[in-house]
Amino acid sequence: MVVDLEKFVVQERPFWEKLERLLSRVENQRRRDWKLDELKEFHYLYERASAGLARITTFSAERELRAYLELLIARAYAEIHETRKKPVRFSLIQFFARTLPQTFRRRLGAFSLSAGMVFLGAIFGAVLLVIDPQVKEIIMPFSHLVGDPSERVAQEEAMGRNSPVSGFQSSFAAQLMQNNIRVSILAMALGMTFGVGTLIVLFYNGIILGSVALDYVAAGETTFLLAWLLPHGAVEIPAILIGGQAGLVLARALIGWGDRDSLQQRMRKVGKDLMTLMVAVAVMLIWAGVIESFFSQYHEPVLPYGVKITFGVVELAALTFYLARVGRGGQERPIESSAGDQEQSTS
Amino acid sequence: MNPRTNTLKVRTPEGVVFSTRLAGPLPRFLAWGIDVFCIVAVTRIASLLAAILGFLSVDIANAVFVLMSFIASIGYAILLEWFWRGQTLGKRILRLRVVDIGGLRLQFSQVVIRNLLRFVDSMPLFYVVGGVTCLLNRHAQRLGDIAANTVVVRVPHIEAPDVDQLISGKFNSLKQYPHLEARLRQRVAPDEADLAVRALLRREQFDPLERASLFEELADHFRSLVEFPVEASEGVTDEQYVRNVVDSLYRKRTNQTKVTPEPSTTEIKSSEQLVEK
Repeated sequence: MVVDLEKFVVQERPFWEKLERLLSRVENQRRRDWKLDELKEFHYLYERASAGLARITTFSAERELRAYLELLIARAYAEIHETRKKPVRFSLIQFFARTLPQTFRRRLGAFSLSAGMVFLGAIFGAVLLVIDPQVKEIIMPFSHLVGDPSERVAQEEAMGRNSPVSGFQSSFAAQLMQNNIRVSILAMALGMTFGVGTLIVLFYNGIILGSVALDYVAAGETTFLLAWLLPHGAVEIPAILIGGQAGLVLARALIGWGDRDSLQQRMRKVGKDLMTLMVAVAVMLIWAGVIESFFSQYHEPVLPYGVKITFGVVELAALTFYLARVGRGGQERPIESSAGDQEQSTS
Repeated sequence: MNPRTNTLKVRTPEGVVFSTRLAGPLPRFLAWGIDVFCIVAVTRIASLLAAILGFLSVDIANAVFVLMSFIASIGYAILLEWFWRGQTLGKRILRLRVVDIGGLRLQFSQVVIRNLLRFVDSMPLFYVVGGVTCLLNRHAQRLGDIAANTVVVRVPHIEAPDVDQLISGKFNSLKQYPHLEARLRQRVAPDEADLAVRALLRREQFDPLERASLFEELADHFRSLVEFPVEASEGVTDEQYVRNVVDSLYRKRTNQTKVTPEPSTTEIKSSEQLVEK
């Protein structure tokens, strides 16, 4: 208990103000290079303010003073007890050359599940189409997919230098990017439904893919299909799969089977990975949108199918190589210490 | 179901507890309303820009418009919450702030995740999912907050009550017993003192009977905390007694805030010496 409050405040205020100054300096610095003495002093001031707060709480009329001290201590606490790794400086090269592919590989299980779900959906869609061709009208999201594949091929090949989106390619690309990124974010966010929503989104996209593919293959237009889908699909489909992967990582953290950590700790561990995966998705979909609008829509007389297919295969190979190989060597960290953010306090 | 509280308490290893008040769904919804307004404004500006570009190429103009509206709708909250440390314009106006649930520094990934999960929270319409989660959750978190380990807190302005105006120079019988006054200051909890001040401020608005019984209850409570000699409370109404208590609690402190000097250099020096030890 404080006997003479007035004296107490007069005595302590310099320390509080010093802490305040130190804090505002630290908070505004992106990089922190503490000297040992400074660090010791910071910790001392923090503890002294804490002690002051503990004593002041017994005082009835000190709402204002208490609020001030609580705020001060809250700020200092955030600095002192922060144990998550703070990037010294964010580096774009480091992010793409290391962080991103490593994160992908660390969460490979979720990616496999995501891909498996789309594959299941594709088989289901193909089977549906075999059982009842009428179902096409319900499944297909775009009107130009409902008609007969061969007719469409003939029609689009006859267009020559004009593609179906001639004259509005840029806005078509923008629409595609926007739409696909939205779907991917949704697949990720639906992880909060314990993954059920994510799986449904993936399965549904699989159905469309499977039925379209079967439709064209059955009509004998396999080459056209590959030439049409591969250039953008080679990036777009993996991007959506990664969106699903992120959703499943989130779901896994939410469910927490066989994990002793609390929900908060589990979420802290996956946070950074989720963001990394979503950045990957956005970048890939921007690329895919441009390709789909400016490249995929041109067909045979203008662009030989061989070129388009080769382009798609090269893309797919490059992407696979990037995700599987880049950033290997020594620094790969296992999931447990991935985010480096155990919640133990340091003092 | 977890018991709901409206405060977030963080207990530090030093044994000190600091608390912040959590924001409920309604102010947050209002803040988001303001933010939506801002996003629409940004989109309008984008469409103006697109209209100018439209002279060059309608196609590119449309593309710019689509992308800019999309980036505005997703990037608005992420950018503002990152650069303003957990506040968007709406949150600033309504005095709300996003903070880490453990009292730690807000990280960029947290800001991104809580805003991307708006896609689920805003389903099916008008943030129904988020609102319901927020009502059921112990810390009033929506799904995005749960995933990102954040809470939204209120940052109110705390002002000292104007006690002078309240107790305009009346004789305070408790003043004669400074030792008992000190005990009173120690025993009365902050919330109790606040309650008494509020009751006094609103005294004219009460129904006369209710007013009498309210101040009787308050006076009895303060009497039970510290027993003053009979002379101190003789002939003093319950309401006057509560006034005296409030006067004793606050009067000294209001003097103090005026007294507190700027830190002198000698004191800082002495603190540095202390640290060195």
